[in-house]
Amino acid sequence: MADATLDAKGLNCPLPILKARKALKDVADGGTLEILATDPGAVADFQAFCRQTGNELLEHSEDGGVYRFLIKKVA
Amino acid sequence: MSAEEKSMSIIVTKGSLDWAYPPFILATTAAAMGLPVTLFFTFYGLPLLLKDLKLQVTAAGNPAMKMPMFGGHMGLPNISTAIPGVDALCSVMMKNLIKKKGVASIEELREMAVEAEVRMIACQMTMDLFEYDKEDMIDGIDIGGAATYIECATNSDINLFV
Repeated sequence: MADATLDAKGLNCPLPILKARKALKDVADGGTLEILATDPGAVADFQAFCRQTGNELLEHSEDGGVYRFLIKKVA
Repeated sequence: MSAEEKSMSIIVTKGSLDWAYPPFILATTAAAMGLPVTLFFTFYGLPLLLKDLKLQVTAAGNPAMKMPMFGGHMGLPNISTAIPGVDALCSVMMKNLIKKKGVASIEELREMAVEAEVRMIACQMTMDLFEYDKEDMIDGIDIGGAATYIECATNSDINLFV
């Protein structure tokens, strides 16, 4: 179970990333944020976001057009 | 790898609804990824700092602007883009599409840029040229000229011109 969940379904680039950045601010260091999105571009974008910011992308999966990302807050 | 030591600047020269997207999308995203960002608004980009945004698109001279319509994509012949009201109609269509597809509005992105402490510089010369006052602009912006931008660009890793 993630510490927080962000529903970014229906939002297009760059909103899932911008809202995730905001949501991460409320997550404690070492805590996790789950993001649900329907933007297929979010797959590559969350990988890039995590590589660049130093946060850890623990999991990403897709189920029926909904992408799920689990990010561990490091930075 | 942390991006904290990298920074970005963008010169914003165009103020139509469609051209307003690249600088604001890139600025907010870069800021979200930890980069200090500066936007320098000059010429037709300057009105993007006005409190009251009245953004429009135009199909004139833009054969690539095709809207999804009737299951395909439709553009406008150049001659019809001169008819009064066509730009307004295209703008309404574009804004409807933007909403329907979950794309942020420029107002929303600009607000997020302000929140993310993106530095926004209004070009003084353009303000004089087109007769804008600082009171017409949103709060929290800086005013400067070419030297202000060059100093910023010299210290930035990524410098873009839109």
